[in-house]
Amino acid sequence: MNVIASALAAGCVLAAVGVVAAICAPARARAGLVGTATAGIGVAGLVTGVAALSGQVWQARLPGLLPLAGVQIALDPLGGWFVAVTGGVLAAAALYGIGYAGGGHGPSGRGVQAALPVFAVALLLVPAAASASTLLVLWELMALTSLLLVLAEHRARPAVAEAGWWYGALTHVGFVAILLGLVLYAAHAGGDSFAELRAADLSPALQGVVFVLVLGGFGSKAGLVPLHVWLPRAHAEAPSPVSAMLSAAMVNLGVYGVIRVGFDLLGGGARWWWMLVLALGAVSALYGILQAAVAADLKRLLAYSTVENMGLVFLGLGAAGIFQTSGAPTLAALALAAALLHVINHAGFKALLFTAAGSVLRATGTRDLDALGGLRSRMPATTVLFAAGALGAAALPLGNGFVSEWLLLQSLVHAVPAGGVVTAVAMPLAVAVVALTAGLAVATFVKALGVGFFARPRSDPAQTATESPLVMLAAMGLLAAGCIGLALAPAALGPALSRAAATATRAPVDVVGGGVSLRLAGIASTLSPLLITVAVVVAAAGTAALVQLATRRVTRRRAVALWDCGAGPPTARMQYTATSFAEPLQRVFDDVLAPETDVDVTPHAESAYLVARVAYQTRVPDRVEHALYAPVIAAARRLGRLGPVVANGSVHRYLAYGFFGVTGLLLVLAVTR
Amino acid sequence: MNRTALIATAAQVVVVVVGAPLLVGLMRQVRARLEGRAGSGIGQPWRDLRKLLRRAPATPTGTGWAFRLAPPLLLGTSLVLAAAVPLLTTASPLDHAADLFAVVGLLALGTVTLALAALDTGTAFGGMGASREMTILALVEPTILVAVFALSARVGSTNLAEIVATTLHDPLRVASPASLLAAAALVIVVIAETGRLPVDNPATHLELTMIHEAMVLEYAGTDLALIEWASSMRLTILLGLLTSLFLPWGIADASLAALPLALAALVAKAAVLGIGLATVEVFIAKLRLFRVPELLAGSFVLAVLAVASSFFLA
Repeated sequence: MNVIASALAAGCVLAAVGVVAAICAPARARAGLVGTATAGIGVAGLVTGVAALSGQVWQARLPGLLPLAGVQIALDPLGGWFVAVTGGVLAAAALYGIGYAGGGHGPSGRGVQAALPVFAVALLLVPAAASASTLLVLWELMALTSLLLVLAEHRARPAVAEAGWWYGALTHVGFVAILLGLVLYAAHAGGDSFAELRAADLSPALQGVVFVLVLGGFGSKAGLVPLHVWLPRAHAEAPSPVSAMLSAAMVNLGVYGVIRVGFDLLGGGARWWWMLVLALGAVSALYGILQAAVAADLKRLLAYSTVENMGLVFLGLGAAGIFQTSGAPTLAALALAAALLHVINHAGFKALLFTAAGSVLRATGTRDLDALGGLRSRMPATTVLFAAGALGAAALPLGNGFVSEWLLLQSLVHAVPAGGVVTAVAMPLAVAVVALTAGLAVATFVKALGVGFFARPRSDPAQTATESPLVMLAAMGLLAAGCIGLALAPAALGPALSRAAATATRAPVDVVGGGVSLRLAGIASTLSPLLITVAVVVAAAGTAALVQLATRRVTRRRAVALWDCGAGPPTARMQYTATSFAEPLQRVFDDVLAPETDVDVTPHAESAYLVARVAYQTRVPDRVEHALYAPVIAAARRLGRLGPVVANGSVHRYLAYGFFGVTGLLLVLAVTR
Repeated sequence: MNRTALIATAAQVVVVVVGAPLLVGLMRQVRARLEGRAGSGIGQPWRDLRKLLRRAPATPTGTGWAFRLAPPLLLGTSLVLAAAVPLLTTASPLDHAADLFAVVGLLALGTVTLALAALDTGTAFGGMGASREMTILALVEPTILVAVFALSARVGSTNLAEIVATTLHDPLRVASPASLLAAAALVIVVIAETGRLPVDNPATHLELTMIHEAMVLEYAGTDLALIEWASSMRLTILLGLLTSLFLPWGIADASLAALPLALAALVAKAAVLGIGLATVEVFIAKLRLFRVPELLAGSFVLAVLAVASSFFLA
């Protein structure tokens, strides 16, 4: 029997076992059993994905499973890439969840625990769907189970319910968009299997409509601005292992959908599609990282960073599409490979960061960076693991994010000959966006690590924090090892990457190759992350050893009080907080962020000139939400209020509606016929 | 990777390590003379380093590994940069490992280690310096990468040796509008990255205007020596990078015979640039922190113009 088939079957069986265990097992054993089953599903996904990437193909038709259309499953290298990423994240996050659920944290109820394995298996199967109806069913299953998981802690905080409303509404708007797009497509293609869709011959206008609808739907899942508003709420309010699954695995499927429909099924389409994708990606990257840079809530910061990274991925997709439509297939494959590599890199470090943030939340009960600090000595392992993730997220050398951003920049920089004036204008701006994003990401993660984990504790819970249980640390260690592997040996992914990219661009090119050095197809630039890392480590260690040797007699480290320019020692409240750290950036990007400040001066009762109390409040609301969603919500509310007026229960009124309706219809018919 | 290339690269690293404090000394001396002071001589930074290397480093209460690791890491990244950037030779074995993007990334990595160390102290000044430094770093990044775009698009590679070789092959390229605009943009970037006037004042002792100095306030002894040394090396490397990109004449390839000439050329170019920078600094004042973004936006426009002209005037 085929490896893919048996691994997928094992995943489905494990999901069934997990659901049964969630319902039947006693509360104490529940999290462990369900977590183990889910981790098993993740491993099965990893095996499936690796098998598909190594060139195995498999497809199946299960006509009886779904009425009318039947279920069609097939896995190619492109799908395999996403299945493998999802599987890896699921395995580590589920393992982490076993430790997290102890001590009243995380999802422990029957229903929520039963949703977890179903969600996991739906996530794995979405990239394996081979017909529009199968994709839609699995997509909806994934959306519903993830909504249940997001709502797990709704009794603890009212914000969870609000996040659930936003998520539920936007995910269904997205679903409807995908549904409309694919139904339109399938109706004109004469069948809904991907093979039939691929062979269909649609007019360019219709193709454009299908693509825009599908882009809207998948883009809302990936958190593209302006459809991102649910993401910082849902990912921040979900239990941390679930946040990791949502932010590192689920958002990727939006990317998958756009690649599958835009490149594979519609075959590239027109250039304006990809200009649109590029623009959406650029705006999302910048807006996401700006919001992350000024966020003081650790999980919200990470969620906005997801918006940023998905923006970068879509920027890569847009560039790939532009190159594809301007007849530069090698460059297109390179940009697509950069996007795919960024997907896996982002999955690695974001899962690690969310799990580490979860450990902090579990130990201190707060996600507010302004109240954290000093965790370096209280949670040493978690701090090191968070630092490893932050290095990747900041896209600095030695981290894994750097490699994929380097690849993306290479494809953008060497694009000028490819596409005439459009690329000549768009690509420098895209490079500038990537650069500003990278710079702001550095500031963001220096803030998250430096303020959240270093220095002295800013509150009592941070003071009394203790290290997480071993199983959580082990899961984070696995993710960190994955990040380090991706950072040091990205060339090992070369063949798989080329195969996955070739599925979409239909031009088999060896995009990324080389051993120690990374070599690209058609571009002379090289990079060796391994050599850079070795050189930096050797140089730093050598320096430290030399200084130690040369000055051993005279210097022994002495402990002293903090000097602080002679003013010290300062109290913990005098430290910079996350808010004060981000203040210069907030001021520089004032016009974009539009922060709100509120100064409330209360005078003494005796005199208006004597100030008794001054309250100062500043916050950075999501401007897109204000400008775009508030009017829509207000309009919907007004429309809702019309309901009782129009349908007030009076039978006379209803009879009148019927009468005028029928008369109107007859009049229209009489005039038109 | 042959032996001559290794020797040439080692020579390059030694020149940067030994010469960097001298360059800083030269710039201070020029400034002192222009301001009517006697100055303390070119060798003063070296005397300071010797003094600091004999003093014990301090571990302030409440600091941890980020504070301890920053000095060697900062110097480590600077050493790697000194080996990777073509100053004396284009045959460095690290050239294929680290292209221009990696060089920019390594510079940022050094800054980040220092910023994290500053936050680790938990003092108000440390946080202030880190916050300001990160803001400037974030705003400088677009200019650098767009300038890199302008320089590397026509070469077809972002590897520095390739860019230098192409310029040597076709000297008129330096005078092209794209190259001149990119040079102007990069000069502003180098000033911001190295913390010179008008972005930051390296000689200031007025706490509220400090950026770089505020981050290193808590360091003492050998730690401080490493940081001062690394800072001067970063200045030297960045000035050297400017000369390599825009005035690459004299740089040797893998032959040892050309090394003395390359050394003389490098010293001359770095000295001229350093004296020029110091002279300009005498006549300008530090910008307000919140005016710095305007300066950087200006440099970004120059970089975009460089790319545009490289496309439309080609």
